[in-house]
Amino acid sequence: MSTGSPNPPAAPHVKAMNCPGCGAALTLRSFTQAVTVVCESCHSILDAQDPQLKILQQFKKTTGEDPPLIPLGTRGKIRGTPYEAVGFQRRTIHVDGIPYSWHEYVLFNPYKGFRYVTEYNGHWNDVSTLRALPALNTFAGEVTVNYLGENYRHFQTAEAATTYVLGEFPWQVRVGEANEVTDYVSPPRVLSSEKSGKEVTWSMGEYVSGRDIWKSFSLSGEPPAAIGVYENQPSPFSADTKQIWTIFAAFAILVVVMLIGFASFASDEQVFQGDYVFDTNSHGEPSFVTDPFELKGRTSTLELSTHTSLDNNWIYLNYALVNQDTEKAYDFGREVSYYHGYDEDGSWTEGSRNDSVAIPSVPPGTYYLRVEPESDRGHGTIRYEITAKRDVPQFSFFGIALLALLVPAALITWRSINFEHMRWAESDHAPMESSDDGDDD
Amino acid sequence: MTQPAANCPNCGAPIVFRWSSSVQTVCTYCKSILVRTDVDLKKVSQVADLPPNASPIQIGTEGVYNHHSFVAVGRIIYEYDQGTWNEWHVVMNNGSAWLSDAQDNYVVTFAAPGRKLPPQARIGQQYIWDNETYTVTTITKAHYRGVEGELPFQYWDKDDVVFVDLMSEHGKFGTLDYSDESPALYLGESVEFDDLKLKNLRSFEGWQ
Repeated sequence: MSTGSPNPPAAPHVKAMNCPGCGAALTLRSFTQAVTVVCESCHSILDAQDPQLKILQQFKKTTGEDPPLIPLGTRGKIRGTPYEAVGFQRRTIHVDGIPYSWHEYVLFNPYKGFRYVTEYNGHWNDVSTLRALPALNTFAGEVTVNYLGENYRHFQTAEAATTYVLGEFPWQVRVGEANEVTDYVSPPRVLSSEKSGKEVTWSMGEYVSGRDIWKSFSLSGEPPAAIGVYENQPSPFSADTKQIWTIFAAFAILVVVMLIGFASFASDEQVFQGDYVFDTNSHGEPSFVTDPFELKGRTSTLELSTHTSLDNNWIYLNYALVNQDTEKAYDFGREVSYYHGYDEDGSWTEGSRNDSVAIPSVPPGTYYLRVEPESDRGHGTIRYEITAKRDVPQFSFFGIALLALLVPAALITWRSINFEHMRWAESDHAPMESSDDGDDD
Repeated sequence: MTQPAANCPNCGAPIVFRWSSSVQTVCTYCKSILVRTDVDLKKVSQVADLPPNASPIQIGTEGVYNHHSFVAVGRIIYEYDQGTWNEWHVVMNNGSAWLSDAQDNYVVTFAAPGRKLPPQARIGQQYIWDNETYTVTTITKAHYRGVEGELPFQYWDKDDVVFVDLMSEHGKFGTLDYSDESPALYLGESVEFDDLKLKNLRSFEGWQ
């Protein structure tokens, strides 16, 4: 019987080694899952699968330093799972000859594997690889991608080159290597496809704030401020826009209900009626006071109507509604005119024989009217009837209320459109800039 | 289901089968690869040292898939350009399946025999099996690196093998295995680590 006992492999431990390039101490944090590891002191890219750590590439001279904001070896929690930052790379694209760079952090958990965090100009994304294949659709020249029922719009396609690396990677990484990267957005998510050779790898990113990253990894200081609008940054207005229009709709319904309520509950009670004749030929004092009338109940709107027998004539009525007890007077004047006739276009009319005016917030009490009619002299008699109704429903208030609600809704909608404009200005589908025709106010 | 007991023809150590249908196992003491015949166990090869591998799964790891509990009884280790990956042979009360772990990406597949399979495949090609459209996403040239535990077939005399991975738009996963003359198809799906409710995992230094 041969010797030996079942010796299950020892618990994997963090490997400490020395870099064959410079001799500096080196740790393999992802156990044996990394394919390449970059020495943090001499920046040699080493074969992590090779016990001798064969040097694959040295790049320090060409790239300079680019210290990661999340130091390698830092642990943090993403969606409740602890992850350790094990790798870091800078990737650069060129748009119209201008380089744009972002950073990718490789995160590792020995049970859940690799996950990524990206950062561009202070905008962060939590990224993981996809477990299903997205469906590509082209509709009306626009490419969209559907993933698990959600549509993503094409944002940008570019050649992304690795321009700096540190730490461990679960794939073969080299400085200078470029892949075609395409982003499709549906804020706060972004789907990215990465083409290497014929193979396409898909990943999904979800926008996170720098503050959340700082909290997750317990980093000191402040995260860098986010500059501009990022491709999948959720619009701070899109939720507001929806909300404010919902509120607007709710208020509009409420206003209409109130309007109906006021109309049906208003007592609309006639409190005064009087018939008068104004003789334009008379030389007597035309002004007079009416019999007193009682306004009962609550303070309400008083509607004063004038119905006349005008016929190609006008009358001006100086009114004063006077409280008999307090002597408080509401002064107002009404001009009523009515003209009609025939010309080459047929019959015409101008003005009206009737007029009505609302006097708001008239308290209860005993009132009388002082009336002083005026008109051109020598036009015969003008007959008119004065009626007063209390607690008359008013509609203009509701219109003003709706308008007051419409203003913030329109403002937020405009800001939301502006935000989307800024987002898409950075994409392959930027609207044409109208710089010289001056219509971009 | 009894667990047939035998002794290793090489070192005499007791050999216990966790699954009665296993065709091959590896002696945990002397690493002999043993194949079951009608009467006894025959040594066919010897496992060289397994490459270092950080799969959290080990022989005896238990879990649940689709309301069926399973236990890992064996594995095949392959090497490819991104390190190594494991095809864990897991047995459930209703048969055996494969739990593949490549860099902690987990996929459960079942042998899907009786389908018409292409002699070769190209990336982007589509196939429909069981009313699901699968697209070829990766073609991996792998190198057989070793076996451990019980397998449902003989698997030891291998060298370079080609695997064609396919994905669907609904998270379904397929693998065409070209390690034999005629290809074999495995169908299944990607699974989340947490959903497998794995127990008896390996521990990692510095991680609880």
